[in-house]
Order: sequence, then C-alpha cells, then structure tokens
Amino acid sequence: MAKIKTQTGRRAFIKNTSLASGGLVLGFSMLNSCKPKDAEKMVAREMPEEWFEINAYLRIGDNGLVTIMSPNPEFGQGVITSMPMIVADELDVDWQDVLVEQANFDQEDYGWQFTGGSQGIRRRWEGLRMAGATAKQMLIAAAAETWQVSASEITVSGGVLSHQASDNSAGYGEMASVAAKLEVPEEVNLKEVKDFTIIGTSKKSVENHKIVTGKPLFGLDYQFDGALVAMVAHPPAFGLQLKSFDGSQIKSMPGIVDVFKIKTLEDGFTRGYFDTNAFTDLVAIVGKTTWEVMNAKKQLNVDWEPIADSKFKMDRFGTEMEVDVPSGLESTEDHYAQMNEMASKSSTTARKDGNPEEVFKTAAKIIERSYSCPFLAHNCMEPMNFFAHVTDEGAKLAGPLQAPVLTAPTVAARLGIPAEKIDIELTRMGGGFGRRAYGHYAVEAALISREAKAPVKLVYTREDDMTCGIYRPSYRADYKAALDENNNLVAFHVKAGGIPETPLFANRFPAGAVDNYLAQHWEINSNITIGAFRAPRSNFMAGVEQAFLDEVAEAAGKDPIEFRLELLQRAKDNPVGEENEYDPERLAGVLKLVREKSNWSQVPSGTHRGVSAYFCHNSYAAHVVDVTMDGNTPKVENVVCALDCGIVINPDAAANMAEGAIVDGVGNAMYGNLSFTDGKPDQTNFDRYKMIRHSEAPKNIEVHFVQNEIDPTGLGEPPFPPVFGALANAIYKATGRRHYNQPFATDKPPLVG
Amino acid sequence: MATFNLNINGATHEVDVDPTTPLLWVLRDHLNMVGTKYGCGIAQCGACTVHLGDVATRSCMLTVSSVGNQKITTIEGLSENGNHPVQKAWLEVDVPQCGYCQAGQIMTASALLKNNSNPTDEEIEMAMNGNICRCGTYTRIKKAIKTAANSENV
Repeated sequence: MAKIKTQTGRRAFIKNTSLASGGLVLGFSMLNSCKPKDAEKMVAREMPEEWFEINAYLRIGDNGLVTIMSPNPEFGQGVITSMPMIVADELDVDWQDVLVEQANFDQEDYGWQFTGGSQGIRRRWEGLRMAGATAKQMLIAAAAETWQVSASEITVSGGVLSHQASDNSAGYGEMASVAAKLEVPEEVNLKEVKDFTIIGTSKKSVENHKIVTGKPLFGLDYQFDGALVAMVAHPPAFGLQLKSFDGSQIKSMPGIVDVFKIKTLEDGFTRGYFDTNAFTDLVAIVGKTTWEVMNAKKQLNVDWEPIADSKFKMDRFGTEMEVDVPSGLESTEDHYAQMNEMASKSSTTARKDGNPEEVFKTAAKIIERSYSCPFLAHNCMEPMNFFAHVTDEGAKLAGPLQAPVLTAPTVAARLGIPAEKIDIELTRMGGGFGRRAYGHYAVEAALISREAKAPVKLVYTREDDMTCGIYRPSYRADYKAALDENNNLVAFHVKAGGIPETPLFANRFPAGAVDNYLAQHWEINSNITIGAFRAPRSNFMAGVEQAFLDEVAEAAGKDPIEFRLELLQRAKDNPVGEENEYDPERLAGVLKLVREKSNWSQVPSGTHRGVSAYFCHNSYAAHVVDVTMDGNTPKVENVVCALDCGIVINPDAAANMAEGAIVDGVGNAMYGNLSFTDGKPDQTNFDRYKMIRHSEAPKNIEVHFVQNEIDPTGLGEPPFPPVFGALANAIYKATGRRHYNQPFATDKPPLVG
Repeated sequence: MATFNLNINGATHEVDVDPTTPLLWVLRDHLNMVGTKYGCGIAQCGACTVHLGDVATRSCMLTVSSVGNQKITTIEGLSENGNHPVQKAWLEVDVPQCGYCQAGQIMTASALLKNNSNPTDEEIEMAMNGNICRCGTYTRIKKAIKTAANSENV
C-alpha cells in the first residue's frame, strides 16, 4: 500500500442536506452499466432517503448507494465511466451500487476540467484514487468509533465493513452519517495495483442506455422554458469581414424575433490561447424555432469586405505575444506553391547532433522524400451550439465544451461580470476531437442572450460549423536519410513546416538513435484559423516519418520492424543527445507486441502488410495494417494494434476508442481534405467533404495492451497518428506506389516498386 | 402555417407549422422529441433517420406536409424500454463513443433487419453507408447488427 497526502482539491466534509432527497440525483442513470436483470433489481431498490456528501467527488446514501461525480467533460472518450471506476475501486464499493453524475463547471471543487491532450485519466489518476481512498478510510474510522474497536482490525469488501473479533458488520450507508462528520485524514493508503477489483475490468458506458433510447444528453438537446433559437452569419471566406447588413426584411419573417450584430471579442482584448476566432463580427438572427431562423438566415441581406493586415494581443499561458493576421484571400493551390518554395529555403534549426552535412556528402546511399497534407475540419457530428441565459444576476450557460476552464474567463471578460457569476452546465458532447476546446460559440451565445434579453440556444448549421475555421493545419515535411556501405542509418534530416504552424517534434524518434541528426522547421502565416485536432502535429508527423522509415528500411534491405528495433536498441543503450522525449524500450515494446499478435512474418495470401509505431501524448502505439485490392481500390481488411498507455482502466472501452482512432486514421488518410478558393472553403457539408463510411472501414480491428503497472499515460490520441503510416506502407506493398500527399484517394503517385 | 396530425410512435400529434418544415425540426422543436439528431440538413449523414412505415428515412429533408398519415417511428418509439433487439445488441457490444449518431445508426439498422433478418457483411455495409460515425464505431456497429440478427424476435 502506498501512503499519500490528502492535500489537494477537496472541500470540507459536510453533510449536505440539500441533497437529502434521493430522487434528485436520478437525473443521471446508473442503470445502463448493468445487465437488464440487474437493472430490474436496481429499479426495485429504493433510493436513499438521505445522501451524505463525503467529498466533492462522492456522496453515500443511507442504503449504501454511492453517487460519484465525473469531473471532466465527456466527448466519447468514456471518462464518465472510467473516472468513477477509479473512485469506486479505491472506495471498495460494488460497481452496481454506483450512480454516476456529470459534474458541472466548478473549478474550486474539480480543478482542471479539461478534455484534451489525452490528459484526463493521467492528470486525475491520483486525485480520483484519493477521493475514494479517503472516503473509505473515514468509513472505517466511523465503524471503529461506533463499535469501539481498532480501525486496523476492520476489513472492507464490496461496501461492507466488518470486524471479525466483535462480530460486527455494517454497510457503508449505515456508517455514512458518522463518517461525514469526521476530520479529513491527513494521509491515506492507496491500493497496490494487484488489489484493484474494478480498474482493469471492462464496464459498459453508464450513458449507453440513454444514448440508445434517444434521451436528451447533448447540447443541442438542451431544453429551457422560453428559450429562443439563434444562428449567426459569418463571412463566407477567410480574409473577409462584416461590412454592413440590413435585417429589416427578415425581421418580418415568421417566427423571427430580432436581428443584430454582435462582436465576440472586443478590439484590444488580450486573447487566451484558446480564444481563436477568425470572425469576431457576426450577424445574429434570433427566432422561435430552428427552421424559421434557418430560413431567415438564408434571406439575410449582408455585405462583406476585405480585412486589412492586423494584430491582436495574446496571453499564451503567461507569455504575452502579438499575433499578426495577414489580409488576403488564400487558395490551396497557392498554399502548396508557397510550401514548396519554403521547403527549398534555409530554415530554423531546432536540433543538430554530430555533423549531418558532412556525412550526407560521403554516404553510400541517400533517400530523400517530401510529404504533404491538407487542412482538415473536425466535423463533430453535433454541430457547435450553446445555451445561454444572461440576466442582471449573472450568466447561466450549458453546452458542449472541452475546456470550460479556459472559456469561462473569456465569457466573464466579455460580459464584464465576475467569473463567479457564470454557471456552466457541461452537456455530453457529440464529438470534440479538439474543436470544442475553442469556446467562441459559448461567448457568442452569451452575447446574443444579453442583447435579446432572453434565454437563447445558439445553433450552427453544418455549413457554419465546417466553414468557420479552427482547422488542422496544412503541413509539409522533407526527409533525407543517409546509409553507409553496411546499410546503417548514419544521418537523418527532417525539415518540416506548415500553414500557419510547424508540425516538427525535434526530439522524437529517430532522434537519439542516429549520430548525425538535423531537425529544422519553418512557418507561413495565414488568416485561416487553426486549432488542436486529435494529436496535433503528431497526426501528420507520425504518418510521414513512419512511411519514410519504411523506405529507408527497404533501401537498407532490412525488415521494417527489425530496422526500427535496431535503432531503438541504439537509442536505449547509447542514446545520442539528452533531450529525447520517448522511452525507447516502451516504443520497442509495442513493436514487439504487434509483431507477435499480427504474426508479422506470415502474411495471408492476397494480403499486403504495413507497419508503423509512434510515441505521442505520453503513450506508445504500433499498428500492422493489412490491405487487399478490390480492383484498383485498396481495402483495409485487418488492423492489429498494440498500445502501451500504462494501466488501462476500462479495457473494452479503451479498445473501442483505439478502434475509433484507427477508423479515423484510415478515413483522414484516404479522404480527409478541406481546400480553399479565394479564402472560401470548397467543402461546406458532407456532400463534398468525404468522411469514411461503413464500407470503407477496416473489416476487423484487434487491440492489444502492454500489461504493466505504470500509472496511466493517456489514450485518446496516441493510436491515431501512426495509422497514416502503416496504411501508406501497406498500400505500397499492394500497389507498388508510395503515397506522399494526403488524402491518398486522390493522390496519384508513380510506380516505384 | 397549417395543422398536421402526425402518427408518431403510435400516437397522434397535432402540430401547427409551416408546411415546408422538415419532420426533423417538427420532432425536435415542436414535440420535444430530441432523440432524432441534426447532423447535416442535406440527407448526407443519417443522424436524423426515422422510420416512415418500415423504411429508414432521413427526416431532415422530409417536409412535414409530405408525411400524410404514414406511421412514423423515432428512436423514442422503437421500443418501450430500450429493449428492441438492436438496442440490446448496442448495449451488449458497448457500441457508442460520443453517441450522437447512434440513434440514426440504430434506426437504419433496425429497418434493415426488418427487411432482411440475416444480412451479409456486404448488405450491412450497403444499408449503413448513409450513416456517418465520426468517432469510428463502424466495426462495433456491424458486430451489434449481427448480434441482433442472431437474437430472437428481430
């Protein structure tokens, strides 16, 4: 058992009588996690008459039911199930006695409520365990006091406290009222990994029953008496801004209540890093129903004008900077020409080991390749939306938000009210993928509500959602590798850039494994806004690096897995440099596991196989992708995936997320593309923006986890980036063509095999 | 504005709306049945799928005036307690990630199984191709459809 100080993130242990009515918490269903038979049993079970709040994360009912709060916003990564599992395990309560409730935004109680960066479980691991362990220790203390026995003699199992010598036993519910009055212990014991009973077992999502029966869960489903519907009109192209509008004509249309301009961010406002917004001046149309507002929006009389070069101030988590916004109407064709030009110029060196320039001059073989990718839209299935009700008392908001902790200060600043006067209810998100970390739409909803003097639900159409920015950037990378006469990799050069940011990670593999190494980068500014998209930067670099290494291995006449393992052995035994980000042993570990599980050397007849492995967001992922040809079209038959993300909380749900990442990877590698003509996105809806569909998904996906006792390191992003590389390598085996430009479906590379 | 009597989930609902209003928005805005989702508005993503009679239909482009007295089934009315074999299979396979598209997926899948109680992989893919899942749960959806097909009383 590990002792841990209970110093963080909990308030006083109070009996919260406002929660005394058991029925109140039933708004969140706990029935979904169990089999139908258990559900029936649970329905029959009476709700507690009284709940005792042990700490901000849990309350215990007088009949032993436990309500556990899930602190982070849920967007499909499953934390609403896995986070309470962690608390329940340390609490030693049966999972079927657990009710789960989504916490609202409350920084004091729940700290960093942020969904992104694969950080949720990693950052919450210790705190959630502590919440459960503290409660358990207090329940034990309560029993010891009640029975007048030593706490060390009390055992706990499944929510029942027992003292063998005195033949006493009691459920948690019986001791909750006493426990709730005790002092917080200064130190608590956490379980050994081997003693986990819930962590590491597969539990169904606690919200699935609501999902499959169509209950209101999402922001768009949010209902509030008297709420109006609002939409906004933004410029149709990047590089344009609102000039003027005339709302008089549409104001008389059926159901339309008001039409006015809003300014999301005031000029001179120092923006936070997640306040990204290309279109701050918008026309808001407010009405009674969605269809009426949609129709009015189509008829809006509005003029746009070109923007001038401008600047805004940004506070990037404590670093003040000035950001340039260039004027102009940009097109994809020009972007690629500009990137081509930048790639041939000298650029900023991020890392240099040895003397790569000299080694390249004398190498036996040199391999040189260039790769590119387009902008991508997140395309969450639930378009952006938010509810707001702003009154003199404050602002009540509700909706899908990945980073309420970052959006709330902007809403407060823009409304000119203290942050304490802002309540944000966190609804389930219909996807996020990074997009909902940028909460401009919550600010817009608040401003519209204030102006309309009414509760308002802001709804983006799909077209609004796809064309208002915050995209995955367009990138390019140029690689060069040198082999000596014995086919050893002796020099490596990566030069990467993008619009408007570089994707380079200078200290990732193969840095550390090559004596002569050079990493350089460049950037081209743009007025097209970008944002985090599942595994930012890695989602390009992993795929192209792993495709390039495949070519280098081929040139060296080596098996692609053996080739990588040799390099990783070097990085482990005798690393070059001290800044290497990754653990070579864990990266080698997933490669070895995927080699074993895929029967790497035994490729089924008619099947073509590619491999990749990558480290990002603290975890390790490797894939073996099998492709068959259907005429001229490659089909992904099978994907075997090996992951090392430390301890896995909910294995089947974790596998689901990895399966999704693989489908997402295949989809974006093959089809993902957002292009621009004169600043206008060419794709505005799913008729022209091709998303992967059922028939294009891998037929079979197997997910394997490295078994270890490392604290969880994150999973939402790591399985996604390397898919692009394994797929490119498999397609090469199938077709003799190597894809250098995404999306592959429209890329026509020459035969090289 | 015009009055329509809609037969939804076995009950008659009277609504007074513009005749061009898509069924999707009648359900969501006028009848508070929000299980049917808005995804694209142009019948490209399948999030708004309902049954018109026994046929899976995109409600975002189906005007309320064209429904007449045809029977409409939404996700809320597919079963009484979420115990339709397709819903049960969805729970058993733990299909959803974000869950937003899943009502539409379930409505398309249940219409498929009504017409074809034992579809092949290819038939499942063909029937389901109009439903996008951005989270990528396609392999689980296929597994759940097969699970439901193999259960009784589809």
